[in-house]
Amino acid sequence: MTPNRNTRISAVVAFLTIVFVAVPVAISASGRFDLYYTLTSVALLSIASTGVWLTFYIGRINIGQGAYALMGGYVSAILVMNHGWSFWLTLPAAGLFCAAASVLIGLPILRLRGVYFAMVTLVLTEVARLLALALPITNGAKGIVSIPLPGALSVFGITLIPDFATLQNSRLAFYLLAVTLMVVCFAIMYRLVNSRIGKLCQSLQQNEELASSIGVNIAYLRVIAYAVSSFFGGVSGAIFAAISQSIYPSSFTVTDSVNFMLNCFLGGLGYVFGPMLGTLVLYFGWDLLFQTGQFQLLIYSGLMIVLMLVLPNGLLSLAETTRKKG
Amino acid sequence: MAEMLEVSGITKRFGGLVAVNNVSFSVREKEILSVIGPNGAGKSTLFKLISSFLRPTTGEVRLKGERISGLAPHIAARRGVVRTFQETTIFKNMSVRDNVIIAHHLRSKASLFGFFLGTGTAKADEAAFGQSADEILALLGLSSLAHETARNLPHGHLRALGIAIGLATNPSILLLDEPFAGMNHDETMRMVEMVRRLRERGLTILLVEHDMPAVMKISDRLVVLNFGQKIAEGTPSEIQANEKVIEAYLGSEDEAIGL
Ligand SMILES: Nc1ncnc2c1ncn2[C@@H]1O[C@H](COP(=O)(O)OP(=O)(O)O)[C@@H](O)[C@H]1O
Ligand SMILES: [Mg+2]
Repeated sequence: MTPNRNTRISAVVAFLTIVFVAVPVAISASGRFDLYYTLTSVALLSIASTGVWLTFYIGRINIGQGAYALMGGYVSAILVMNHGWSFWLTLPAAGLFCAAASVLIGLPILRLRGVYFAMVTLVLTEVARLLALALPITNGAKGIVSIPLPGALSVFGITLIPDFATLQNSRLAFYLLAVTLMVVCFAIMYRLVNSRIGKLCQSLQQNEELASSIGVNIAYLRVIAYAVSSFFGGVSGAIFAAISQSIYPSSFTVTDSVNFMLNCFLGGLGYVFGPMLGTLVLYFGWDLLFQTGQFQLLIYSGLMIVLMLVLPNGLLSLAETTRKKG
Repeated sequence: MAEMLEVSGITKRFGGLVAVNNVSFSVREKEILSVIGPNGAGKSTLFKLISSFLRPTTGEVRLKGERISGLAPHIAARRGVVRTFQETTIFKNMSVRDNVIIAHHLRSKASLFGFFLGTGTAKADEAAFGQSADEILALLGLSSLAHETARNLPHGHLRALGIAIGLATNPSILLLDEPFAGMNHDETMRMVEMVRRLRERGLTILLVEHDMPAVMKISDRLVVLNFGQKIAEGTPSEIQANEKVIEAYLGSEDEAIGL
């Protein structure tokens, strides 16, 4: 059963308070400023992951989000460096570029299902890396470096966001930027999934033939979902490029694509907020296992397998079962 | 009575196999027409051609004069031709009611973006679909199961849900592929009544079915296929007396035709 309206509102308020108030306060109290970078990464990775989640939601296993993150990073970097665009403009531009590219790529490949689609998307990440190596505009293996920090964002002479280079604490600024976008992105996803569009996506996932026989334009809906997914990938990649002030062909690889997918699995494919939780747990889990040295990957993979066997519907399914019992 | 659907010279080849061979017939408004024939005769293929799930090799299908073959299933559905599946086909992880609500998709006045924003039109759509879904569920005797997850339904109710989904699209002609398969006598008789009631509500019905007593009882006319070809067309009594039909069914299913 869905929780009632009041519980939902208090959950949202609590979450926003933690993210925008409690975390910054705790970090400045403890002096662990490095955590800003970690949490910013989690927020950005969860944006890319929720895109992957949406393709899962229409019944496609997407292991190609790394390609769009890389593409978004390059689009933003090139527009800033070669064309003098403001970072703030390149952000939607990167998203839209990726969405447009994904429409062209998606039209043929979204006809494929199951492992076939998964394999093609896996190859896509590698193709993106090779293209970044080969194209003149991406500057090959040397990548694009010394990208300036985001400048000020002013609308009608009112400065909404100050120039990051003038800030004492650009880490906090990036953190706030990333979590704001994360909140917006998950709000969009929540609305999407809880409107009729979500039901239509589910109908694709459960039976495409039947969906088309009741008049759903399945090709169109698939492409739309994939474009939204890639938009999120592009935006996330663009901010990563701005934070590290650089982008290389190896900035996003097949490993990242696989991780985006695992984040969704871990959090739960049936839950909008699954990718957020999955990313958080996976990112910190991997770091915690760092102390185990050479066994890090072994333990990590083992735990993942066990988790998928024990909790096939993801971590959030735990909350559901306890609620049912309680 | 007016011609509703016109199938003219339709042929479908799969490689060397001619699954449907130059078949022509027409369906009148508010008629119940059954397509019968031995297994592999091409009945399901014919349905897929009519509902644009398959593209004909030659020939065409017209609905009220407008061509509907060789398009796409969702376009045929939009024009009013909707097919239910031979296999029980439903959205198995949705509730029964949600299955029927989602099938109202064609009737939505709001755009996808409208649904995202939750506009007034979208809300009105949702309310109307919910109400219509409840009516359809009542009509098919599924009201008490409305909130059950579809995959948990017993077989007979799954068939009914398949038909409910078809009805929700508000078709002008409904194609039912073996709706009585796997049903016991009582369930079949209830379904026969059901299909009759649908016709009384103004629907034209095209039916593929193996249960000969049921077919003979329910149909206004029949079309008989054998090896992809139409070998007979007529009223139940005409078909039961037709030499070619008896021959086609001889040996294998001679009792099945109800002689
Ligand atoms: N997609 C397909 N590809 C190749 N052959 C097919 C295909 N669909 C059906 N057939 C063949 O066409 C013939 C008619 O099949 P079908 O229309 O399912 O028969 P029926 O529904 O009357 O039992 C069969 O021989 C079947 O094997
Ligand atoms: Mg068949």
